[in-house]
Formats: sequence, C-alpha cells, structure tokens
Amino acid sequence: MMAKLRSEPGFADADAFYAKLVEAHRDLDDAASAKLNAKLVLLLANHIGDPETIDEALAAAARPV
Amino acid sequence: MGFVYPQYEFRQSPDSAAAKPVRHPVVVIGAGPVGLAAAIDLAQRGQKVVLLDDDTSVSHGSRGLCYAKRTLEIFDRLGCAAPIVEKGVTWQVGKVFHGPRQIYAFDLLPEGGHRFPAFVNLQQYWLEKFLVDRALALANLDLRFASKVAALEPHADHVALAIETPAGAYRIEADWVVACDGARSPTRKMLGLDFKGRVFEDRFLIADVRMQAEFPTERWFWFDPPFHAGGSTLLHKQPDDLWRIDFQLGANADPTAEKDPARVIPRVAAMLGPQVPFELEWVSVYTFQCRRLERLRHGRVLFAGDAAHQVSPFGARGANSGVQDADNLVWKLCAVLEARAPETLLDSYDAERGAAADENIGHSTRATDFITPKNAAAKLFRDAVLELAPHHAFARGLVNSGRLSQATHYADSTLSTPDTDVFAGGPAPGAPALDAPLANGWLLDRLKSGFTLLAFGAAPHALPDLPIAVATIAEADDPDGFAHRRYDAAPGTVYLVRPDQYVCCRLRRFDADAIRAAFSRACGKEM
Repeated sequence: MMAKLRSEPGFADADAFYAKLVEAHRDLDDAASAKLNAKLVLLLANHIGDPETIDEALAAAARPV
Repeated sequence: MGFVYPQYEFRQSPDSAAAKPVRHPVVVIGAGPVGLAAAIDLAQRGQKVVLLDDDTSVSHGSRGLCYAKRTLEIFDRLGCAAPIVEKGVTWQVGKVFHGPRQIYAFDLLPEGGHRFPAFVNLQQYWLEKFLVDRALALANLDLRFASKVAALEPHADHVALAIETPAGAYRIEADWVVACDGARSPTRKMLGLDFKGRVFEDRFLIADVRMQAEFPTERWFWFDPPFHAGGSTLLHKQPDDLWRIDFQLGANADPTAEKDPARVIPRVAAMLGPQVPFELEWVSVYTFQCRRLERLRHGRVLFAGDAAHQVSPFGARGANSGVQDADNLVWKLCAVLEARAPETLLDSYDAERGAAADENIGHSTRATDFITPKNAAAKLFRDAVLELAPHHAFARGLVNSGRLSQATHYADSTLSTPDTDVFAGGPAPGAPALDAPLANGWLLDRLKSGFTLLAFGAAPHALPDLPIAVATIAEADDPDGFAHRRYDAAPGTVYLVRPDQYVCCRLRRFDADAIRAAFSRACGKEM
C-alpha cells in the first residue's frame, strides 16, 4: 500500500528534531499552535509536491488507531 | 530471600589521636556506588585512599536499579562484576505500550559476542554491598564508617577536613578530595557552589513490590495504560522476586497521601489484576531535577556522580554516569599524584565528564518532556507519534520512554589524537574500547591497567621507551572475527588505549613518533 511514502527513519537526529518541533510551540495558545501546524504541513507538502506521496501520507494520518 | 542490611563497624582511626592533622594523598567522600568505585580504583592503582561515609550500612531502599554494559565492564576492572552479574537480573529487551496495545519492542544488544549484557538490574543496596566487600579486601583502602565531614577548607596545596564520629571529632588533610556525596552533596554546600538546571514539577511514585509474577525480564513502559489512565508506568524486574513499578502522578499529586499504602495498594492491584498477591517493600514519591555544577573541578576538590550532576531516572543515567565519572577521573588523579602528568590533566576530567553530563541531561530532559508533555501542543505531538508508531518505523524512533545509558564518546577531547588514517568503523579516538570474544578470553582483559597498545597482527618493533603495555591480537586469536570487525582492523592496525579503556589514537601502521606524541597528548602535556 505504501509505495512512495517513506516510513523508515529519515532524521539525522530524531530527538533533536522532536525537541525543536515542541519548542516551536512553547508559549503559543491553542489557536496559534494549530496555525503553526497548518503552515508547517503546507510548507512540507509543497516541498514534497508528489501527489501520490501526499495521498499516502493523508491516508496514513487519517488511519484509525 | 530478601536483603539483610549489613551493619559495618565504626573503628576509631589513629588519625584522631595525632598531634597535628595527618595528611593523606586522596580522600573520597561518600561510600555510595560512585565513591566506592573511585576508592577501589584508586587503591587498585596503588594509592593509599581514605573513604569517608556518614553511615554504617548501605543505601536504604532499592533506589538505583539499572547498570549498563559499560558500567559492568568498569566493575569488572574493579574486581566485582561477577557477584553483580550473578545476583542481578539480566535484560536487553524493552517493550512500549500505548493504552491497551503494545506498539513496539526493542533489543539493546541484538548481536552476540558480548561478555556483559546490555543491562543488569540490581537493587542499590546489593550493589553497594558487593562494592564494600571489594573495598574491605584492599589493604590500602581505609574505609571509615560513621565518619561525617563536618567542615572542609580548600587551600592552595591541600584541603583541610573536620570529621565527626561517634567517638568525637578530628581533623585530617588531603592533597586531593573526590566528593561523591550525592545529589544533596554537603561538600558542594560547604564550598557554596551553585547547582543549576531545570526542576520538573511532575511527581512520580516508586513502588518496589514483592510478588511471584510471570512478566518476562524486560523493561516495560506504558503510555496512558488502562490501569493508570492519563499517566505513564514503568515496570522493571529486580532479584529476589522484587519488581520496580514507577507511576507518573502528575504535578498536583500530594506526596504524603500518595505514599500511603491505602493509596498505593489499589494502584498496584489495578495494574497486576486481582489474582496476583503482592506486598510493598519500599515506596517513595519523588520529583526530579536535571542540573549540574558548572565545573566538576574546584581546585583540589573534584566532584563526581550525583554530587556533580543530576538527571531524571528515565534512561538509567544516574549511577551509570557516576561510575563512569570515577573511571575517567581516577587514572588522571593517579598520574598527577605520581608526578607523571601535569595538574592540568585534571581539567580534562571536567571537559570530558562535563560533556558527558550535558549529554545525559539532554537525553534525560527530552525523555522527560516526552513522557510528561508540558503543553497541549506537546501532548498532541506525543499522542500522534504514539499512534503512528505501530505502523511507521520513523515514529518508533521518536517515541522516547528514556534513551538508555550508553558510554559517552569524548568527541572533542584534547587528550585524543584525531584520525589521519582512514577507518570505516571501530572506536574512534574519544570512544571506549569495545570488548570482543577471543580464542582465549575477552579482549578487554588484554588491556593492562595503564596505557595499552592494542596491536592487530603482530607486535610492532621498535616501541618507544614509554610506559605502554602491548596487547597483540593475531588473526588466530580471533577465530570468529569479532575483534577485527569491531575495530575495523587489518594486520598492522594499532589502537592506543588509555587506562580507562578509552581509545586516544589509532593508526593503520605503527609509527613510534606518532604513538609518542599521542601518549604525551593523552597525559595532558600538550594542552
């Protein structure tokens, strides 16, 4: 099913990335935090561009637990 | 069987009757795991050492729990790994759960050919007992129980100490003091030193529970489990049918009420199910800090372990990093005491172990932030990562229930000689030497107590006239090739290994001048 979306680790330093991500939200209220996430998704999706990859990511994110 | 607390005898030191304070080369304060390791190492290296402790027994309650492979290798060098491994519970697999589901498992030592396991779990009191047994067997280690340091005055060429005992007070002097007196370090307070860092507000409950249970010997960590909704829980097995359960309680928990067995027992019962009988052995409610001394060396006083730096328990980085501090410090202190190295070599202790403290605090802080998200956005990302983890390997890499202790690599150490030859693997300068199985025994056993040149193939000719032992590993010594692979070694490859088993230089071809220069550098003579 996942033909194009990478699932294996891609971060050089996963913990550093995660800390930076969380830090970006520090001191933001819920609305500002949600806005930051929305912009981040748009920026990264544009960077990826490929519609099949984005479709796969959308499906993976929406998958029920 | 459970543990019987030893009662060690206070004996009056002849120092107490001396007309003027007796001067000792080195005094270690605090007979916890770190102070004992430091004192044993000093004594094994031929120093006369005084070890002071204000108590007459070992640690109360199990406290420290997980000892990592590198720490076990150090204990082996100190002559006490065997009882620790034999008594301890060996493990290498961890499992992580989210809600009712397991989201993944990890194996900390997936490859064979290791003498010591990834981790051994052992109550701190057992560990201290084994270390005290070893310490008492060393003639030049003067372990003084019930001897509290009441005052400490630093001077240019010595430190003066006032000691209180059941038989009265006396004074001694020390050329050097190693302070291993724990997170509340009285030594640190007597010197008026700041202990800066971050305080975490979440409270945690430790329950050491005695029961016969069928859980495997693995580390199990739950995020938001059904039996403890909204919090996290950690389960570890200890010897003697004892289990460590650690519940996250949140910032608003009442520490006194939460310690009440009437509150603790239902929490544990909810986790274990109604059919499992258990009894509580030890309960503690704690918060924690991630903080450190700005410098580990203050003139002639050197701080090690929790006295120098404090981390959260997630990652087993407290006792492990403390013992590794001692390992780093002792050979340097001996070299200075024996005038084989300049005093400035001790500044490399601060540089190397200060970097290790920063690394440990960084890992510990990130794990804690993941386990106890500090705001709604952090909680959202945390839960998203946990939900993606079963299906996406990258997300499993982001789940952080504690990054478990590994030996620090001193990447920027001034004691190391950077590579000029090409190596595709193996321990780089600043990394610890790796063990490997050989035809007869283990590689680390070939290393001598001082500097060792590890030579693959044949011993080099024309060694420089330096106190460096040579350990040769021929291809016939390494039938399974573990050593050659782990060191990316070919015939002719040499590694210069420090007394603490860290690599300081490596070459594809032996070169006497290069080894001489690397040795000099590793002794702090070119800093």
